Amino acid sequence: MKMEKIRILVAKPGLDGHDRGAKVISRAFRDAGFEVIYTGVRQTPEQIVETAIQEDVDAIGLSILSGAHVRLFPRIMELVKEKGITDVLVVGGGIIPDEDIPALKQAGIAAIFGPGTTLTTAVQFIKDKVRKAK
Amino acid sequence: MELVEQLLEGDRKACAKLITIVENCAPEAEEVLSEIYPHTGKAYIIGVTGPPGVGKSTLVDKITKELRNRGKTVGIIGIDPSSPFTGGAILGDRIRMQDRCTDEGVFIRSMATRGHLGGLARATIDAVKVLDAFGKDFIIIETVGAGQAEVDIVRVADTIIVIMAPGLGDEIQAIKAGILEIADIIAVNKADLPGSDKTMIQLESAMRLNQSEKAWRPPVIKTIAETNTGTAELLSAIEKHEKYLRDTDLFEENRKQRCRSEILEYVNRKLSDYIMKKLEREEIEKIVEEVVERKIAPNIAANKIFATIGESKREEKTCSIKKM
Repeated sequence: MKMEKIRILVAKPGLDGHDRGAKVISRAFRDAGFEVIYTGVRQTPEQIVETAIQEDVDAIGLSILSGAHVRLFPRIMELVKEKGITDVLVVGGGIIPDEDIPALKQAGIAAIFGPGTTLTTAVQFIKDKVRKAK
Repeated sequence: MELVEQLLEGDRKACAKLITIVENCAPEAEEVLSEIYPHTGKAYIIGVTGPPGVGKSTLVDKITKELRNRGKTVGIIGIDPSSPFTGGAILGDRIRMQDRCTDEGVFIRSMATRGHLGGLARATIDAVKVLDAFGKDFIIIETVGAGQAEVDIVRVADTIIVIMAPGLGDEIQAIKAGILEIADIIAVNKADLPGSDKTMIQLESAMRLNQSEKAWRPPVIKTIAETNTGTAELLSAIEKHEKYLRDTDLFEENRKQRCRSEILEYVNRKLSDYIMKKLEREEIEKIVEEVVERKIAPNIAANKIFATIGESKREEKTCSIKKM
């Protein structure tokens, strides 16, 4: 019997400094038994991907409220491909308009959890996808 | 093993994956540890401990920055507690080290204690070996910020820095057994706060009471991690301590002692895993019932269980841990 935990990086890319939501979801993940690597605000795509590599995470949760997801999320996915960690599940949350979601999914983001998503939905999605991959 | 070869060539992804393997007690873990062991023993290991909130992570960040300035490579392990109820954890030590994140000479890994007591994660000693074989000159372990009993770091580090801050208690707190006794160096961080001089004096006199027979007198150094004040003095103290250890042969003696306790740790782990596996069987349940009904005492029950180990057929001693 192995001792495995789901490890997830919760990161806020760009200049968005409002982290209450990110902290709430981090606590929800912790209460679901995940190990959450929380890196705080103002992360660059390079920092996020490098952290994901060093921490060997199963998933990355990107939290953004500033509208910069349009540029930042695809940039992060570019780096994910470049560094060869495409087996990592990448999800996003925050203020992301519905019309932007198809492009983000095209770039490789597995799911977007906008306002109104229950914590349970996000947790369960990640559990299901990560378990399936293992 | 391919991952180990990649590790020895400096592949960061391989390093990360190997730490995961040893941390999860995967079937390959034994082979990994066995293969990397000949390549370990080169890194100098620094333990950083102290109560929560004193500035351990910030100070580790500044120490790392200075080591990098001197051309050294650094591995950092930041440990945070796992919830005893959910098994999850928030690992937040990296927040204070963001500037090191994209430095190729630094590798940072966050670990959760996963039920282990004593200030370290269950697999910290194994992760240290991976970083050592990876080629890091220094490995800094930041323990769980906790109280006085979290002294497991003694069994892992060459030099231990205990970080205190002003206003955390008086002389009596300082001379209680535990955290202060293990210090090779004491840093009084947040020294810009009121009371720092008093704290320094109290710690210095506590050290005089504690340390009268030992040859190495732990220096008490003022630091303000946020403004990078006192970092150079800290590094100088680490250098002096390393020189002291090597000059007195304590360096080798301590490492030998640590090998001894590591072997014991692995034996204990295997034994308790094996017994936990056995405890799920019906015969053991019967014994538990007898204790519940007060027919036999728990210590006699333990003897009964131990007797069955010798009797049963040899089972594969895989690393098995009950899920939390």
